[in-house]
Amino acid sequence: MSLDKATVRNIANLARIEIRDEDLDHLAGELSNIMTFVEQLSEVNTDGIEPMTSVAAMTLPLRKDVITDGGQPEAVLLNAPEAEDGFFTVPKVVE
Amino acid sequence: MAYIIQGETGDWEVVIGLEVHAQVISHSKLFSGAATEFGAEPNTQVSFVDAGFPGMLPVINEVCVAQAVKTGLGLKARINLTSVFARKNYFYADLPQGYQISQFDKPIVGEGEVILDLPDGSTRTVGIERLHLEQDAGKSIHDMHPSKSFIDLNRSGVALMEIVSKPDLRSPEEAGLYLTKLRSILRYLETCDGNMQEGSMRCDANVSVRPVGSTELRTRCEIKNVNSIRYVQQAIEFEARRHIDVYETGGTISQETRLFDSIKVETRSMRSKEQAHDYRYFPDPDLLPLVIAQDFVDGIKAGLPELPDAKKTRFMAEYGLNAYDAGVLVAERISAEFFETVAKGRDAKIACNWVMGDFFAALNATGKTMENPPVSAKDLGALIDLIGDGTLSGRLAKDVFALMVETGKAPGVLVEEKGLKQVTDTGAIEAAVDAVIAANPDKVQQVKDGKTTLLGWFVGQVMKATQGKANPAMVNEMLSKKVLG
Amino acid sequence: MRTLTNLTLAEGRDKLAKGEFTAVELTAAHIGAVEARRDLNAFIVETPELALEEAKASDLRRQAGQAGAMDGLPIGIKDLFCTKGVQTTAASHILEGFKPPYDSFVSAKLKAAGAISLGKLNLDEFAMGSSNQTSYFGAVENPWKRISDPKAKLVPGGSSGGSAAAVAARMVMAATGTDTGGSIRQPAAFCGITGIKPTYGRCSRWGIVAFASSLDQAGPMARTVRDCAIMLGSMAGFDPKDSTSVNMAVPDFEAALTGDIRGLKIGIPKEYRPVGLSDEVAKVWDQGIEWLRAAGATPVEITLPHTKYALATYYIIAPAECSSNLARYDGLRFGQRVAGKTLDEMYAKTRAAGFGAEVRRRILIGTYVLSAGYYDAYYAKAQKVRRLIAEDFRKAFETVDVILTPTAPTAAFGQGEGTDDPVTMWLNDIFTIPTSMAGLPGLSLPAGLSADGLPLGLQLIGRPFDEETVFKVAGVMETAANFTARPPQHPPCGCGPKGECV
Repeated sequence: MSLDKATVRNIANLARIEIRDEDLDHLAGELSNIMTFVEQLSEVNTDGIEPMTSVAAMTLPLRKDVITDGGQPEAVLLNAPEAEDGFFTVPKVVE
Repeated sequence: MAYIIQGETGDWEVVIGLEVHAQVISHSKLFSGAATEFGAEPNTQVSFVDAGFPGMLPVINEVCVAQAVKTGLGLKARINLTSVFARKNYFYADLPQGYQISQFDKPIVGEGEVILDLPDGSTRTVGIERLHLEQDAGKSIHDMHPSKSFIDLNRSGVALMEIVSKPDLRSPEEAGLYLTKLRSILRYLETCDGNMQEGSMRCDANVSVRPVGSTELRTRCEIKNVNSIRYVQQAIEFEARRHIDVYETGGTISQETRLFDSIKVETRSMRSKEQAHDYRYFPDPDLLPLVIAQDFVDGIKAGLPELPDAKKTRFMAEYGLNAYDAGVLVAERISAEFFETVAKGRDAKIACNWVMGDFFAALNATGKTMENPPVSAKDLGALIDLIGDGTLSGRLAKDVFALMVETGKAPGVLVEEKGLKQVTDTGAIEAAVDAVIAANPDKVQQVKDGKTTLLGWFVGQVMKATQGKANPAMVNEMLSKKVLG
Repeated sequence: MRTLTNLTLAEGRDKLAKGEFTAVELTAAHIGAVEARRDLNAFIVETPELALEEAKASDLRRQAGQAGAMDGLPIGIKDLFCTKGVQTTAASHILEGFKPPYDSFVSAKLKAAGAISLGKLNLDEFAMGSSNQTSYFGAVENPWKRISDPKAKLVPGGSSGGSAAAVAARMVMAATGTDTGGSIRQPAAFCGITGIKPTYGRCSRWGIVAFASSLDQAGPMARTVRDCAIMLGSMAGFDPKDSTSVNMAVPDFEAALTGDIRGLKIGIPKEYRPVGLSDEVAKVWDQGIEWLRAAGATPVEITLPHTKYALATYYIIAPAECSSNLARYDGLRFGQRVAGKTLDEMYAKTRAAGFGAEVRRRILIGTYVLSAGYYDAYYAKAQKVRRLIAEDFRKAFETVDVILTPTAPTAAFGQGEGTDDPVTMWLNDIFTIPTSMAGLPGLSLPAGLSADGLPLGLQLIGRPFDEETVFKVAGVMETAANFTARPPQHPPCGCGPKGECV
């Protein structure tokens, strides 16, 4: 399996990681190697096998519907790189 | 009521599927213990789970699960005892985790139906594809700063039910009826308050068109987040017309997400979402498969209220109402209950006329709500009783009703206070009748000569003389006897 | 001073109870050791003042007769565990400066048991790595040295490399680790200490920076089997805030160390002798089998046929989960932000600058294998193979009680060696990954030294939630191995009058 530069650019965009043009070739090579390595799974017969969704043989625990959290805007905003008037702020999103 | 759009090249029909996001009524969020109440100060109802802090994990709220099951049952849908939460991955400023926890290929509720009540009294069934549970995102506010967007995460993590219809709708009107009916069902079930202004019910419309007679499904566009039934209808109308214009000028429609501008009444492409959607769904490894017991479902089923369709059928059978009246009365659980309180032990037709007529008119005129009605069901019932026992004539009753709205007083009290009691004393009525007869010998003669329609004039004179208080039936009877002999 | 820092947790606990020294003395001795071995770069943040305050409080608790199970014992916390008010970075630039407003469930439990944290230990960035060279805060050095080349800097293994190095170098008595594909066991083996990854679900993941949620599991790293048993007892337990935490009573792990393994069946998987397995490792493994046989257990050859696919399975599932888990590091609510003209530009610049090469690589692979058109071929396929791997173990445990394997295919290697190709680096984890895929408990303990003087570890794998049998067998093996070697003290510890080691 080999990933071309366009594919790498596309997944980097999906993952929101900026990639410099000069790094694309090298990265495409590395990722292709990895994909070639994992390609070996195709030789395993998995007909009729259900994908494993959890390690533990248990089902989802349910919680009571009670308010136990919140009311701490200062703590929520404390680590924010940018905040104003009780809001997080980001560059303006135009729609 | 086929909805046909005439184009240059021929007739077109529109194919619509709706995705409704209904906020689940619960105290706390789907996966955290923060509150869900609307309108709090920014970021005050946020747990570190909702803000996507490192190491935070989701734990599901049992009431939200129960609400989804209840809604599924209300939509006569299949309940999936095993369902799986999946992550829908995308980046957005108000999506703190970088993914939304939703359900993908294994939703909690499968296929169901919604029955539309058409204006002509007939019905039409619209298929429900699925209902799944998911988290809401936070809120981005774009108009507080010239170069920044502000993010409030209060809504982040609130439970939503996404209810997806099949592409069964064929007109903006049907879309409106579907939303109205769905809202009614949700409100009956008390699983969503249906408040579109506050955003607790939002709608995405998938719209495509095709030539009449064709069965193909052409490329659809999704109009996002429309927040009123009227806007949904306008958006569909505009979008269908746009598709037809594109096709008829030789163009193609590309699948995309569009935004409805309610001021310009048009849809437009959302540029920011133009990048390829690739949500990379996969089962959320922080959550195990949700397995619910049949007993749990049965328990919820046993506690289901009577829903609008069943209630409507019953109202028609039990009270002899027509489909239209029954449909209006059952649209809201509270109005149906109001009607039933009024009708209990009384003539249902009369009760229906009063509720549908004077009462709804007063509700509109006063701007009051069913929760705090201008006249209580008990008082309206008492008023009808006063007509039944002859205390009030129909005409007087309307005056009394107006006073009830104005003063909030019980009808009995008003009758006493204003002396509006209908006169049923034979002597008093006879005296008035005699006086009118004595004063109009020529007209008496005309009646005797066969102009019986004049009797109505006599009734009016007697009523006038008694300030409307005389019992009209008694007046009628006595006049006939005395004039015609 | 040396005597205090050489004590095991069990010895420290008993001597504190007898009043032979105070928690303040014990803590101060270890703070000195931490300062003396800063050359290893094992800590990202040291918290000596906090530690001394806690030590004072511990002594007061003890006077009041309220000492907890680990009261007064100095430990280190892997910097993947959130610690309230103390910077938590996951060794990533993107989280630099982040001070969590909460303690992880496990670190809070340890605190409640009286353990004293000396600070936050270095690791591979976001726990992704097997050599602790991907940390933004610099590589950690293994205190052990090759006889043939004492100047060469060796890796401590990873990702819990800071934890392993600090425990081996006697800077802390024990440390927390986390293990996703071998991140407790492989560094334990490289540094000549003991560490256990408990059964998935045994320790809460709440408050631990997530790497791959379906695999991540916290566990203790210490210098003896008993110490691991003591510490796991203070880390494990049901947490309603983690939906994958198991609601089971925590057994008295220490009580499992009976020394009696007669009649137990020990599985020896034939697939764990791949081409290229070093002779030394193979020899230690054979020796381990003999020790257990001599103690009355029966070695049984077993087959785990899907072993060879575990690595490929892991390198689909772990990156897929990490690509999603690390989406929250977007420069918006915490950590570093690089400004951008648009929101998307801010994201892309922040994440490019904030994540190191290995993390970026795994995010990209994960994004790719989950993307449209590839999900079934990769992720769904890997989850099916994972089930087959788990099934292999389930069948094996129908006939055996515990499985013995090497922990890693080699001893510790040098910094900078074999880092060119990520896939080669991943081969370090071939013996530990299958256990992680199946969610089983796995313990590594030192079993001998290589000819070049480096520790070699053996791994014991147990049935789900049967850490007790693992501890029991490990205890017997520890006695038989009598591993008393210690890493050299460099730089000089300063104990003797001229700075020489005692």
